[in-house]
Amino acid sequence: MSEQRVSIGLPAPQGLYDPSRERDACGIGFVADIKGRKSHDIITKGIQILVNLTHRGACGCDPETGDGAGVLIQVPHAFFARECAKFGFSLPNPGEYGVGMVFLPVEKHERLICEGILERIVREEGLTMLGWRDTPINANAIGRIARASQPYIEQVFIQRAPGMDQDALERKLYVVRKRVEAEIAASDIRGKGFFYIPSLSSRTIVYKGLLLAPQIANFYKELSDPEVVSALCLVHQRFSTNTFPTWQLAHPFRYLCHNGEINTLRGNVNWMHARQSVLASPLFGDDIKKLFPICTPGGSDSATLDNVVELLTLAGRSLPHVMSMLIPEAWAGDPSMPQEKRDFYEYHASLMEPWDGPAAIAFTDGRVIGATLDRNGLRPARYLVTHDDLVILASETGVLPVKPEEVRSKGRLQPGRMFLVDIEEGRIIPDEEIKARLASRRPYGEWLRQNQITLNDLPAPRRWHPTEFDQLLVRQRAFGYTDEDLRVILTPMAVNGEEPVGSMGTDTPLACLSDRPQLLFNYFKQLFAQVTNPPIDPIREELVMSLASFIGNERNILDETPLHCHTLKLEHPILTNYDLEKIRRVSWGDFLATTLPTLYRVEGGEKELERALEGLCRRASLAIKSGYSLLILSDRGIDKDYAPIPSLLALSAVHNHLIREETRTQVALIVESGEPREVMHFALLIGYGASAVNPYLAIGTLEDMHRRGLFPPEITFDIALRNYKKAINKGLLKVISKMGISTLQSYRGAQIFEAIGLNRSLVEKYFTGTASRIEGVGVDVLAREAKMRHDYAFREPSESETELAVGGSYHHRVNGEYHLFNPQTISKLQHAVRQSSYKTYQEFSELINNQNQNLCTLRGLMRIRTNPRPIPLEEVEPASEIVKRFATGAMSFGSISKEAHETLAIAMNRIGARSNTGEGGEDEERFRDSRRSSIKQVASGRFGVTTNYLVNADELQIKIAQGAKPGEGGQLPGHKVDAIIARVRHSIPGVQLISPPPHHDIYSIEDLAQLIYDLKNVNPQARISVKLVAEVGVGIVAAGVAKAHADVILISGHDGGTGASPLTSIKHSGVPWELGLAETQQVLVMNDLRSRVRLQTDGKLQTGRDVIIAALLGAEEFGFSTAPLVSMGCIMMRKCHLNTCPVGIATQNPELRAKFQGTPEHVINYFFFVAEEVREWLAKLGFRTLEEAIGRVDRLEMAGAADHWKARGLDFSSILYSPPVPGRVARRCTTRQDHGLEQALDHKLIEHARAAIENGTPVEGRFPIRNVHRTVGAMLSGEVARRYGSAGLPDDTIRFHFTGSAGQSFGAFLAKGVTLTLEGDANDYTGKGLSGGRLIIYPPKNSTFRPEENMLVGNVVLYGATGGEAFFSGMAGERFAVRNSGATAVVEAVGDHGCEYMTKGLVVVLGPTGRNFAAGMTGGIAYVLDETGEFSSVRCNRASVDLDPLEDPADTGLLKNLISRHLELTGSPRAEWILMNWEEMLPRFVKVFPHEYKRVLGIPRAAAPALPLATPATAARQVVHG
Amino acid sequence: MGKPTGFLEYKRELPRRRPVAERINDYFEIYEEFPEDKVRTQGARCMDCGVPFCHTGCPLNNIIPDWNDLVYRDRWKDAIRVLHSTNNFPEFTGRVCPAPCEAACVLGINEPPVTIKQIEKSIIEHAFDEGWVVAEPPRTRTGKKIAVVGSGPAGLAAAQQLNRAGHTVTVFEKADRIGGLLRYGIPDFKMEKRVLDRRLRQMEAEGVMFRPNSHVGGNIPASRLRAEFDAILLAGGAESPRDLKVPGRELKGIHFAMEFLAQQNRRVAGDPIPPHEEILATGKRVAIIGGGDTGADCLGTCHRQKAVSVHQLEIMPMPPEQRAPQTPWPLWPLQLRVESSHEEGGIREWSVATIKFTGDANGNVTQLHAVRVGPPPAFEPVPGTEFVLEVDLVLLAMGFTGPARGGMLEELGVQLDARGNVATDATYMTSVPGVFAAGDMRRGQSLVVWAISEGRKAARSVDAYLMGRSSLP
Repeated sequence: MSEQRVSIGLPAPQGLYDPSRERDACGIGFVADIKGRKSHDIITKGIQILVNLTHRGACGCDPETGDGAGVLIQVPHAFFARECAKFGFSLPNPGEYGVGMVFLPVEKHERLICEGILERIVREEGLTMLGWRDTPINANAIGRIARASQPYIEQVFIQRAPGMDQDALERKLYVVRKRVEAEIAASDIRGKGFFYIPSLSSRTIVYKGLLLAPQIANFYKELSDPEVVSALCLVHQRFSTNTFPTWQLAHPFRYLCHNGEINTLRGNVNWMHARQSVLASPLFGDDIKKLFPICTPGGSDSATLDNVVELLTLAGRSLPHVMSMLIPEAWAGDPSMPQEKRDFYEYHASLMEPWDGPAAIAFTDGRVIGATLDRNGLRPARYLVTHDDLVILASETGVLPVKPEEVRSKGRLQPGRMFLVDIEEGRIIPDEEIKARLASRRPYGEWLRQNQITLNDLPAPRRWHPTEFDQLLVRQRAFGYTDEDLRVILTPMAVNGEEPVGSMGTDTPLACLSDRPQLLFNYFKQLFAQVTNPPIDPIREELVMSLASFIGNERNILDETPLHCHTLKLEHPILTNYDLEKIRRVSWGDFLATTLPTLYRVEGGEKELERALEGLCRRASLAIKSGYSLLILSDRGIDKDYAPIPSLLALSAVHNHLIREETRTQVALIVESGEPREVMHFALLIGYGASAVNPYLAIGTLEDMHRRGLFPPEITFDIALRNYKKAINKGLLKVISKMGISTLQSYRGAQIFEAIGLNRSLVEKYFTGTASRIEGVGVDVLAREAKMRHDYAFREPSESETELAVGGSYHHRVNGEYHLFNPQTISKLQHAVRQSSYKTYQEFSELINNQNQNLCTLRGLMRIRTNPRPIPLEEVEPASEIVKRFATGAMSFGSISKEAHETLAIAMNRIGARSNTGEGGEDEERFRDSRRSSIKQVASGRFGVTTNYLVNADELQIKIAQGAKPGEGGQLPGHKVDAIIARVRHSIPGVQLISPPPHHDIYSIEDLAQLIYDLKNVNPQARISVKLVAEVGVGIVAAGVAKAHADVILISGHDGGTGASPLTSIKHSGVPWELGLAETQQVLVMNDLRSRVRLQTDGKLQTGRDVIIAALLGAEEFGFSTAPLVSMGCIMMRKCHLNTCPVGIATQNPELRAKFQGTPEHVINYFFFVAEEVREWLAKLGFRTLEEAIGRVDRLEMAGAADHWKARGLDFSSILYSPPVPGRVARRCTTRQDHGLEQALDHKLIEHARAAIENGTPVEGRFPIRNVHRTVGAMLSGEVARRYGSAGLPDDTIRFHFTGSAGQSFGAFLAKGVTLTLEGDANDYTGKGLSGGRLIIYPPKNSTFRPEENMLVGNVVLYGATGGEAFFSGMAGERFAVRNSGATAVVEAVGDHGCEYMTKGLVVVLGPTGRNFAAGMTGGIAYVLDETGEFSSVRCNRASVDLDPLEDPADTGLLKNLISRHLELTGSPRAEWILMNWEEMLPRFVKVFPHEYKRVLGIPRAAAPALPLATPATAARQVVHG
Repeated sequence: MGKPTGFLEYKRELPRRRPVAERINDYFEIYEEFPEDKVRTQGARCMDCGVPFCHTGCPLNNIIPDWNDLVYRDRWKDAIRVLHSTNNFPEFTGRVCPAPCEAACVLGINEPPVTIKQIEKSIIEHAFDEGWVVAEPPRTRTGKKIAVVGSGPAGLAAAQQLNRAGHTVTVFEKADRIGGLLRYGIPDFKMEKRVLDRRLRQMEAEGVMFRPNSHVGGNIPASRLRAEFDAILLAGGAESPRDLKVPGRELKGIHFAMEFLAQQNRRVAGDPIPPHEEILATGKRVAIIGGGDTGADCLGTCHRQKAVSVHQLEIMPMPPEQRAPQTPWPLWPLQLRVESSHEEGGIREWSVATIKFTGDANGNVTQLHAVRVGPPPAFEPVPGTEFVLEVDLVLLAMGFTGPARGGMLEELGVQLDARGNVATDATYMTSVPGVFAAGDMRRGQSLVVWAISEGRKAARSVDAYLMGRSSLP
């Protein structure tokens, strides 16, 4: 990697650990005086916010050392003037000097060198050194670990040059800082790691460090000094994934603090680097070169973003302008956006790709302070404005006590919107005004119309490549097409416009182990978002997604001219031959295309291939010099002598070469190749820099298939091609969204992939920056594979062979890929368990374990170092102990049949092991008998997740991701939802069920900590496990999860199964568990977090040897899914998604279920056989228990694979690495997590409710509440459910009243019989999982604002509610009632995505909604008061719902009754007003009625009278689907 | 692919066998025509398994799911291509193979399996009817010469493969016609010889040279082959029949099954049989010793020759009617099989061992003395169960013990394995460099489908041996 992190504290890369994968998230906030009045109080308040956000941060192994916290304030001039005088120098007027906060090496001599360098550069830049001030600190205020890594902290004062204005001074200070940073980084000063300048400015100063929030004011003593005053204070509390002491990664940075994650960082940094060569600014003049590199190597995503903000701001754009440019709204998909604003965004899209990812960013330059939210609104930010002009913004409401009567308004930041306080103007500037002001800066629309073109605008080419049918077969063979590609991949795309779906997991060899020639694409695995960052639902939340991109010569981004948008706009990246020809012949403005052949002389092998790549790069450079702006990399023209360079290799070689040359932004790269055909191929090409791809052979193949009559008659070639493009585009959206990326433009070049089995020199040269951790093949093998394909292609085919190779990747074929589950292994296993024959099992395990013949898995290449003195088998712990560590995987009742599901549960209960409900809930009948699953899963769909379900578990498993489809949601097709499943899932029979890609209450690591806290509250006895999927960086995520107090972390391999998933995901995402588990073990040990969590692993575990290897790599527990299914009769039909499982397992068809022959004994036999094999290995290892084996990676070594042409390049030393830590650091779980439950308010509530819980006697109580009181009511509800099940207590048995601001998850999982009333407001996740209880929330009675116009409850309210009632007199945030499956709620306004994925229940909205209401809603009803008609026309997503008028008296009666109760319970003025004007208001209500629900109820849709038809998202759809 | 719910909608259906009363009067194949739309429906029952056990249940690894689907989709031409890609002679296996693929069919776990064999036969017959089976002569010749000894399914498969790889192939056959067991072992009512002939015509057109009446090690010295050919492939079959060494074995009227069957095939082919050589069941009481396929072929032939009575004796106990538990799916099931011949009459006796034969004054066998026995491996005689059958003709169909010893094998000096078969390494090469072996000669008596499989694999090895590498499958 070209850029290594050099921060102090973070260790160097080692083993599988890579510090560049570190993540963080946090709480942010600011407080400001709108009128710009400076006071010390502002700082006190800021610090108080920080203290009240402590729970959003984390601490590591040392409870006194936080992950970091900091504040940014205005330079307190008076204070500094006083202090500097003590040091013997005086300060000029405010604004005439800059002050720097400087972290220096501790060692005095080194410190002096650093100071000397700084002073010299200050002088060289024409400024004047005023002096240094030792910043007084109290080292005792911080933790042991923080102290050990604490830098020496000084402040430096620098005076402007005479006549310099303040902006010029700021720029000069920037130059100084960049120069000093660069010089010291390049020096050989030993302690240079300490050196860091948190801020150097005449306006602002940053105090930060490795602190816990309460420590900050004690550590930086001056923050308590009354003379330290500021009109604004920006604060940040960090939650990092590691426990490594890193002072400089604390926020705020110089301009911003950030809660979130930039997913496209790699690409953004590369593009910034490439842009440097054309940067110019009259404001900087020659100084600009001193700023390079703009992005400081080793910076975190937030730090890097800050670098760019700083550059763009100092180069002349306003801060709001910069923020809108870097983190634009979802403009492409919003038809209601004003044209000027859209033009503004579109213009800037030509300048720069978005920095994409979830983000709440608070920013300031000392004159304005504001915050903005990413387009998805995936981070919370609430604000409050008082009558005396104080503004408070934070991740939560209630962070500062404010008297209700002082509040002027309460609001939240909305997706893509900005909140800005201009303290010079002394007012809040609304988003509309900011954007309007920006949009009118220049005639952006005019410029676009004159300079931007689309493909349609280009003249039709006179000729283009027709499909050469006579060449087709040769080409198909040369590019490695198989029969499966045609049948399994292309046909479904051409016919249905959908990516093909499959089931079960992949069990074929990794590309680097396969004997068959592999496409280079297959060596890569997609990365995906988990925990620190949510994936997106590209279907239901299409409005934020975009495939559009702008190609053309990029210009100096510091400037702004009409030519900057001289671009070709592509709606999507797939080009037909006709499209490509238009581009090839383009002659318009600067556009000029040239074609570079990507062929090489195949006989020359590796040497020729490398030579060809060099030549290609050289020609690319030359083309740029000659003025070409579009390079088409083409492999047309293969022949007997010339083979194609793998398209990805050719592209990436050129891309990286041009980045190094800093000319990359001057051209667009277009790939014309016969190779790409499936989604993964396109994703890779784009991910490594292609602007567009012409898959001419895929197109030709479709044409040929059509010609041969292989498509249904109605599918013409045109339709097939359109469908194909649509399928690829949808697939691309899915691939980018699973990483949490919304726009293809920022995905381009972002390299969101991990390579497995490519060697270092290949990766460094051609795939710079990509993780590839076990070495592997080089150019030589790629050349050999190309030659194998080429030889096959140019051999005359006979009539008696299939035209194409059979494939065998998806379905087992003898001449195809090897499969671990094949006829031999399946039948051996089944015979063994049915005949209770250990001998037959041994034959089975021999077939799996002995991978000499067919290399398949990484563990297959490992050797267990046995002990020369084994112990007798009898001395090893019995199998009955070992099986207790086993669990079956999360297979939902719904994806598999009742019979299969219960058989597994019975088997596991009988042997003291654990079965898993999966995400479909569990029939309550099973809770207290042998069919109970002791692991109850909590997945994103929250199906059947009731309080009663939660208290009946021994383990609660939060499924973050699933091996077969990490980063994706799921769907249970309607035909699998029968009456029982519908009951268990709280849905309607026959209606399809959607699991969202993310948990809507986990957008970040601190959110996960919150969910863990919620679940632990409901059921304190259950352990909480978190299921992750292996990918690079999973260890780092796991460390964060351990800090979020998970008891168990499950690392799943990429090969886990599924009931249904796109084939691309099954095959190409995630990595083997060996990598993920080893990384997790290493990182947890390095962080000393391993002792508090147990590790589990799963992913095609089959034999005792697999178990032993997992244990040696660090796992304590082991999950199995496919093998137990096979034991019960599964024959890997891979038809789970079709409901046609012929052995009655993955089906709900009663006729097929009757064929189920599995028994608990089969499963038990299997697990005992595995345990027996484990015992044999333990004896050989000399261990008496499995516990002794855990983490003993020293007992593993790599088996030589010297004779395998590919595997011989592999190197497992990173997997087998053991971090050097002292003996006291545990390598396995030795202690328990401290969940901090003792502070829960619920203990008090339970005490008060004792009589109710024990005897059902009604109780009532009153309590004050603050935002630090989280998950109030959940533990109480757990107590109720434990005693009374889901029936709960009689209505209103427990009535508690609260006043204040409630913390997150107020009323979560509230059980029946409990009513919580809150006077005040509440945060995110209010009423999460509501299970029959009642929530009533209204603003303080003495507030002065109108409730319906002010924020009352936060985001994701009532998520996964299964029953109960909620009345909210005020506004709710984003995703109100998402995945509601039974609750009734009344609310007065909601944000975006209301009622998303709802399947049951009733929601009444008495006011406006945000966009995308009812997306994916398949059941339940919503009544929405649509006063302006906007709801019906643009706000509601009508893809799955009808909007009907309220005519049925049953509807109107119900509605009126609910509104009356709302008035009665909350005193809502809005309700009162509506009821007073009932006759007038009633016709304005709209009934949101899902299509599927109607169908099931037998209500014809045609009968629905048409409401004004929406014009929603047509623009968006065009963008997305081309 | 296929019809996902086909197996739930359609029942297994096969063509009917012609009425017994009709078919025992002729030697034509016993099955009636089966309309193609029915075949397609049967194809729709294929479930397109993720792990198609049929595909490995078949020794040829026929890509069964693919062609089932193609037939369902009415894409016969593509189907024959896929079928031919693994099987040179689907018309043989489609008729005479016992179909281990069907025993392994996943649908067979709990339903009658897909009619794979019938579909296979339909594909190839369709292809012949359409004229799609044409000669595929090699575009270039390598100049290498190969002798294939034996023209049974193994030899023919190897010859066709090697010829297509461009080698010059000569097939030596000691009998007067080409085909080995296909010609003289399998009765016409199971496979009419025109089926064999049309395939041989294709092979001749492709350039394979056939040398009937050429007994290597007999009228042609093996040394000549060594001198004239670059490689030799031995595919002479496992011709030595297992004998029954009991008193009275020397009596007249006791014959090996193969003598009897081969003669009838010649007769059907129109060859005159010298009267003193005739072995006929006509008007006789027949005992067939051996309960296997060969025995069944004898049985059907006896009926057609109008025997008075036929007993088929088997030493093993009667297998269960359903799959025996010791041979669970997908293994080849131990179970009672009812061949077409069994429908035509005869008495099957199980757990019977023959003790001796006695005869009349002319030395003709008249009585078969037998006893009932216990289960294997002891086959303990059950006291008091001895019985006698009155017989005029006894046919020994007790299997084969290996290739004919002496002659060619001795002359070539190839080593034999412990079971008396020709020993080879993993590349099918015998102990003599350049001499390969395949089929029953190498693996012992087996199925036609195995013979073809062996022939193909050996061909690949021979090709690789001669050329350094092989692109044969």
